[in-house]
Amino acid sequence: MTQPANPNEVQAVGSARNRMLVTGVIGSDTHIVGNRILSLALEKAGFRVVSLGALTPASDFIKAAVETAADAILVSSLYGQGELDCRGFRDMCIEAGLDDLLLYVGGNLVVGKRSWEETEKTYLNMGFDRAFAPGTRTPDVIRLLNEDFAARAQGQPIARVKA
Amino acid sequence: MSCALLIDFGSTYTKLRAVDLAQACVLASGQGPSTVTSDVTVGLDAALADLERKLNGLPSFKYRLASSSAAGGLRMVTIGLVRELTTEAARQAALGAGAKVVGTFAYRLTPADDHRIAELAPDIILLAGGTDGGNSDVICHNAARIAASALACPIVVAGNRDVAQDLVTLLARTGKTAVLTENVMPSFGELNIDPAREAIRQVFIDRIVHAKGIDRAAARFDALLMPTPAAVMEGARLLADGPSGQSGLGDLLVIDIGGATTDVHSVSPGAPSREGVIQHGLPEPRVKRTVEGDLGMRHNAETIVDAIGLDAVRARSGLAAETVEAILRRIASDVEHLPQSAEEAALDEALAWAAVRLAVKRHAGTVKVVQTVQGPVLVQSGKDLTSVTNVIGTGGPLAHGMTPSTVLQAAVADGKDPSSLQPAAPKLFVDAGYLLYAAGLLAAIEPEPAFNLAMKSLLRVDNEESHGCRRQTA
Repeated sequence: MTQPANPNEVQAVGSARNRMLVTGVIGSDTHIVGNRILSLALEKAGFRVVSLGALTPASDFIKAAVETAADAILVSSLYGQGELDCRGFRDMCIEAGLDDLLLYVGGNLVVGKRSWEETEKTYLNMGFDRAFAPGTRTPDVIRLLNEDFAARAQGQPIARVKA
Repeated sequence: MSCALLIDFGSTYTKLRAVDLAQACVLASGQGPSTVTSDVTVGLDAALADLERKLNGLPSFKYRLASSSAAGGLRMVTIGLVRELTTEAARQAALGAGAKVVGTFAYRLTPADDHRIAELAPDIILLAGGTDGGNSDVICHNAARIAASALACPIVVAGNRDVAQDLVTLLARTGKTAVLTENVMPSFGELNIDPAREAIRQVFIDRIVHAKGIDRAAARFDALLMPTPAAVMEGARLLADGPSGQSGLGDLLVIDIGGATTDVHSVSPGAPSREGVIQHGLPEPRVKRTVEGDLGMRHNAETIVDAIGLDAVRARSGLAAETVEAILRRIASDVEHLPQSAEEAALDEALAWAAVRLAVKRHAGTVKVVQTVQGPVLVQSGKDLTSVTNVIGTGGPLAHGMTPSTVLQAAVADGKDPSSLQPAAPKLFVDAGYLLYAAGLLAAIEPEPAFNLAMKSLLRVDNEESHGCRRQTA
């Protein structure tokens, strides 16, 4: 008796399997729950995950990524100050020798009224490969990780927009 | 009568304790000069003769065990990847093994680093870097640099297991002695320093004893087990935990005030004692040693004064600035100088107080307030020692003439700095018989007598309250 595949369960496939991901909540932000759910889902999907938890300075993400030879960093920011906290994040990675690291960011990325398109563009311009709007489900993140690692394995860069 | 002889090859003296294991008491102490740099047997024989005189002949010893801090101690260079991660873990492992860490290197070694390491002339190199499955490029690069160098010292490899075995092979192929052990940080944020500590200790026993010429006296003792700071640490651990089936003192701090350094050992989990405090940084080892190389009572008395401020030293000693400076000059010109006058004794006590104050402050963790959108949050770095119940002072200066309660009081939180997580209201003890190292040497083979011996040496000094420990005249 085989169980029908759960559409909510997406696994890491192909070159994405066993990749090392670093997660955490950046800056003076204590909202840990969403990040924890994401980390658990990623682990269950077959990634290796280093979760740094809440209140994590940008530099700690980089240090953890260096030591673990991480393939991606997934930054959470829920308190509206993400734009300040994430400024220069890609540059710091390059500075630390992490040249082709996949960078994701997600959460409540700005305060006030700004369209998602505008917000996304802001973060992509900062060097993040993908930005995720509030309400993103974990399977969507895993699907995109699969796509991006597959593209990377074929030598394609991932950062999409550089306006 | 079942007896043990415990030897400490120090940098100034060769110290002996003859111990009755059944009674857990000291039979006699002997002392001779330290002659490790010339011929170790001379000082040891002098100390044995001293002991023999006091005992009217030497008993037959069941164990003859030694520790050593002579000839510069165990000089180590530690190498890791990220400074706050594997580099720090490697440093903790070396300190825990009782080493004197003379150099710490992070990231890729450069030609200038190679040169510096050669200058430092370490006894052992601890090579770490990368979590298991993590970065391997940097440790490979660093191992290749060491392999290509003229360094002759043993190398303990405690890095990314993906490549660790290959690196040992590579180093061995170039004629180096290389030892494989577990990664000091197998996964991110996981501290695993005990295997590296053990590997360092084994290299110390197998190789360093010979390199330092201590094996010339090998016929006079059974084993040189560890560097003296490691023996003190083992003594501290035994005091805190007790031998199996017996409870120990519980969480404690040992402060070893020496001529060249002040060491602090804490045996305590150090987790946040207040609710809602968030711990940051690497997990802390339960048994942790820090070494303050700028806080030695003799070799760097002047830097103690610089660190605490001349005013504080004047206030504590009651001496004029010129007098303080004059005595400091005298100490600098003769580091073996012991206080002769009341003024010199007063300055020594002030120096010891300052050394304890600074060393414990640096050893203890801190807590700071971080403002978040949801209000202030307390973030802790390092160990919370506020609830540590015992502070024990050991080392020469405390045993010689000064008021130990005044000096050790410096370890207690003074309320002026709420960010410091020093012990709040501990009991204060001195290791009156200088037996912690001896108990540490015996800890593995005769834990019960070792524990009782250390307990008997503890003299409570904070008040007149009666206590199970009594003075042991050595």
